[in-house]
Amino acid sequence: MLHHTPAVVAERKALRINPAKTCQPVGAMYAALGIHRCLPHSHGSQGCCAYHRSHLTRHYREPVMASTSSFTEGASVFGGAPNLRQALATIFDVYDPDVVAIHTTCLSETIGDDIPSILKKAAADGIIPQGKRVFHANTPSYVGSHVTGFANMVRAMVETFPVPAAERMEAVNLIPGYVEPSDMREVKHLAKMLGVDARVFPDTSGVLDAPQTASFRMYPSGGTPVSVLERLGQSRLTVALGPTASEPAARFLEAAHGVPCRVLDLPIGLRATDRFVQTLLEDAGGALSPELNDERGRLVDLMTDMHAHLHGKRVALWGDPDPVVSLTEFLADLGMKPVCVLTGTPGKRFELRVRGILKKTAPRAVVGAGADLFFLHQVVKKEPVDLLIGNTYGKYIARAEDVPHVRFGWPILDRVGHAHFPTLGYRGGLYLLTRIVNTLLERADRDAPDEELELVL
Amino acid sequence: MTGSIYAERSAQIHRKGEEPFRMVCNKESLAGAVSQRACVFCGSRVVLYPVADALHLVHGPVGCAVYTWDIRGALSSGPELHRLSFTTDLQETDVIFGGEKKLKRALMELIPRHRPQAAFVYATCIVGLIGDDVEGVCRQVSAETGIPVIPVQSEGFKGNKRAGYQAACRALFHLVGTGDTTGIGPLSVNILGDFNLAGEIWIIRRYFESLGLQVVANVTGDGRVGDIRRAHGAALNVVQCSGATLELARMMEEAHGIPYLRVSYVGVEDVADAIYRVAEFFAHRDPGIMDRARRLVRSELEKLLPQLARYREALQGKRAAVYTGGAFKAFSLVKAFRHLGMEVVLVGSQTGTEEDYRELHEITDPGTIIVDDSNPLELSAFIKEKDVDIFVGGVKERPIAHKLGVGFCDHNHERKIPLEGFEGMLHFAEEVYRSVMSPVWRFVPRRLEEPRGVRLQAVRR
Repeated sequence: MLHHTPAVVAERKALRINPAKTCQPVGAMYAALGIHRCLPHSHGSQGCCAYHRSHLTRHYREPVMASTSSFTEGASVFGGAPNLRQALATIFDVYDPDVVAIHTTCLSETIGDDIPSILKKAAADGIIPQGKRVFHANTPSYVGSHVTGFANMVRAMVETFPVPAAERMEAVNLIPGYVEPSDMREVKHLAKMLGVDARVFPDTSGVLDAPQTASFRMYPSGGTPVSVLERLGQSRLTVALGPTASEPAARFLEAAHGVPCRVLDLPIGLRATDRFVQTLLEDAGGALSPELNDERGRLVDLMTDMHAHLHGKRVALWGDPDPVVSLTEFLADLGMKPVCVLTGTPGKRFELRVRGILKKTAPRAVVGAGADLFFLHQVVKKEPVDLLIGNTYGKYIARAEDVPHVRFGWPILDRVGHAHFPTLGYRGGLYLLTRIVNTLLERADRDAPDEELELVL
Repeated sequence: MTGSIYAERSAQIHRKGEEPFRMVCNKESLAGAVSQRACVFCGSRVVLYPVADALHLVHGPVGCAVYTWDIRGALSSGPELHRLSFTTDLQETDVIFGGEKKLKRALMELIPRHRPQAAFVYATCIVGLIGDDVEGVCRQVSAETGIPVIPVQSEGFKGNKRAGYQAACRALFHLVGTGDTTGIGPLSVNILGDFNLAGEIWIIRRYFESLGLQVVANVTGDGRVGDIRRAHGAALNVVQCSGATLELARMMEEAHGIPYLRVSYVGVEDVADAIYRVAEFFAHRDPGIMDRARRLVRSELEKLLPQLARYREALQGKRAAVYTGGAFKAFSLVKAFRHLGMEVVLVGSQTGTEEDYRELHEITDPGTIIVDDSNPLELSAFIKEKDVDIFVGGVKERPIAHKLGVGFCDHNHERKIPLEGFEGMLHFAEEVYRSVMSPVWRFVPRRLEEPRGVRLQAVRR
C-alpha cells in the first residue's frame, strides 16, 4: 500500500483519502463518558455505535459502553421516536445509569428527529424515572469532525445541568478539552498544586483508565458527578482549554450564567502550560508553590540538556487543531522546524494560529485545515522531514518514507502509554519531549555504521 | 445478576440440559441495548474489502470510511489499494443538494490515478436517505472508464451485518461471469468466505493445490478482480463461514450450475473434513485424489499432534467462552477446544440462525449456555458464573475479559497469526496457552493465591 501515493499534489475537491478526522458522534460519545454513571446513547443505526465503541476500545484498551437506538428501515421512514422511547425504557430497566447522553447521527439528523420533544414526552409518560437525567447533543456526522462532536456534547452538558446561581463561589470551572484521561488527571494535578478549587468537566480519568478489579463495571468510579455539573453556573470563572473543543461550552456558561471565561491553548509544552498556570494565578486565586516551580524547572532542564539533538530538525505533524497548535509552539521553542502542520478538522482559525507561531521559525511551512494524510504523504515525499508526530495512521507514511514517528493525538491504536502518561502540563511536556528525543536517538543508533555507533549520546 | 437480563432476552438464551432446545434469533436488537452488533455497511465492507486491486470508495460522511480503514489484517500478496481509505466525505451541502456529482468527480479522479481493476461504491445510511442514484453514477463512470464500477447497497439501517453480507454478495455477483475462463481445468475450485487474515488463505490454497486442484478465485482474501470475473469457470465453490459468502455460492449455483460445499478450516476435525469432502467431490474425475488427501492429512497430523499434546497437558480441564460474529466459527471452536482438553461452557454469536444454534446445542456439553446477540452485562455475568479461563471474541470483548481477569483470544479482525488449517490449530493452541497460563492472572483479585495480596486488597477497599 506504500507506493500508492504520487509525489505530485493534485487539486482535490470531491474526496478525502486517508482522513485525518472522523465524524462527530464518536467525539460526543467520548465526552459523555466523562460524566459519572453516564451511558452515552447513539441515536442512529447499530453500526455507528458499534464502530465508535470499537474505535474507542482500540485506543483506550478499556470496555466502552454505549447504547443505540438500533434504527431500521421503518425508523428511517417514520422517524426514530419509537426507537428512542423503547431505548430509554430498556436502558433504565437494564443498565440503570444516572445520566443518558444522547447524540444524533447523520441518519437521525437528516430524518429530523426532534429529540427535545421526544424526551419531554418520554418524561411525561414516566419512561424516564424520577431523579434520572437524559439530555442530548446534535452531532451531524457531515459537519465538522469528531472534535466538533466533543465540543457540542460538552456544550450540551452546560445547557442541561447548571442551575441558576444564587451566589458566586470561589470555585473555577475547568474544561480540559478533547484530551486523554491522563491529561485530565494532569489538569487536576496542576489546579491542586496551585490551590485552585477546580470543577473539571468532562473528566474521563477513572473511566477509561480504570484499574483491574476483577470485575466488569458498567460505570467505573470516575467521571464528573452531576452534582458538580449542576453547580457550574456558580463558579467565578471558566477556564476553557483548547478553543475548538472547549470554547462553545465556556461561552454558553458566560452568556447564560454570567460566568466569565478565559479560553486558552491546550497546555502542551512550556509556554502554553505557563499561560495556563499564569491564568490560574492571576484570575483564579492560585498560589505558586515551590513544588510546581520545580516541575517546570525539570522540563526546562530537559529542554536545555537535549536542545542540540533537536535544533533544525524538520517535523511534519498532524492531528486535532487544539493539541497541534500547542505542539507546534512547543516544537518551535525547542528549535525544531515544523514544516508541515495539518489538521483534518475544518476551520480557518487553525491556519492563522499556526502561521503566527511559525512566522519566524518556518515561514514556508505547509499549514492546512481540512487536510488528509494522503496530502501529508505527498508533502513529505516532496520535501523530506526528520520526524513525524501524529496519530497511528501516520505509520504507513513513516514506513514508506523511512521516517521516525512519535505517536501523538487520537487515535493511537498500536501503542500504549497515552491513557496513563499525560502530554499536558510540565510533566506531560517531559513525557512528550522524552519520546521525541528518544525516537530521534534510536533512529540515529539504527542508522549509524558500526564504527560510528556511540555509547554516549 | 439474572435480574439485569431483561425478560425480552430470555428467548435468546438457552441452557443446555435444563429445558428442551428453543432459540429465538436473527431478530432485530432491542433498541437501547448495548449490543455487540454492527450494521449492513459493516457486513459489506468486511466481505469486499480484501479485494486488493479494487478501489473501495465509501460514499457518505467521513466516519464510515475511517472506522473501516485497514482494521482487518486481510493480507495481499500483490497490490494493496484496499488498505487506503477513500471517502466522498459528504458535507451538509451535499446532504441538502445531493452527493451524486461529488461521487462522480471522486471516481473520475481516483480511477485514472490508481488504475484499479474495478471499483466498489458503498452506499451508507445517509445516501439511502437523500436518494442519490448511486447505481446511475456507477453505470456512467463504468461506461467512461471501461472498468466495472459496482454499487454496494449497504445503507446501515437496512438490517444487520448479515444483510450486509448479502449486499456484498450481490456486488461480487456483478463481476462473476464477466471474465474469460480459458485455462481453467475440470479439477478447480474457488475459495469462498476466507479473508486471508494473517495469511490464512495461503495455507488453504496450499492444501488444495497439493491435492492437485487449481484454485481459480479467492473470495475475497488476497482477492483479485480478474480472478473473480472468471470464477464461474471453476468446478466447485468451497464456502467457509456462516453467511458471509454463502449467498454468492447460491447465486453461482443457480446461474452457473456450480455446486458448493460448506466447510470450516478451524480445528483439526473440520479442516480434515474440508480436505476430504473436497477430495471426494473430485474423486470420480481424479481417482488418485483421495490418496493424496489422506497423505496430506496424515503428514500434517503427524507434525501437529505431538506438539498439541504438550499444550493439552497444561490446558486440560480449563474452561472457555466463545462469542463470535457468525455461528459457524463457533462450531469449529467448540471442537477445537475439545482437542485441547478444554470445555466450552458459554457459546454465542451476533448473527446465528436457528439452524446454527440447533447444531451448537447438539455439539455442546450439558450445562453450556448458548446465547444470541448478547451484551456486555450478560456476557460478564455468564463468564463469572462459569468461572471461565479464556474468552474468545472480538475487539469490544477483549477489555471486558481482561477486566474480569480472564484470558482472551481474538478470533476475529485483530488476530495477528493464522488460526486456520492444521498449523493454525497449533497457533490457536499456543495463543490459548499463552493467555490462559500467563502468570498475570495470579495478580487479579479474584484469583489471588497469596494471602498477603488479599490483605493488601482488603486494606485498599
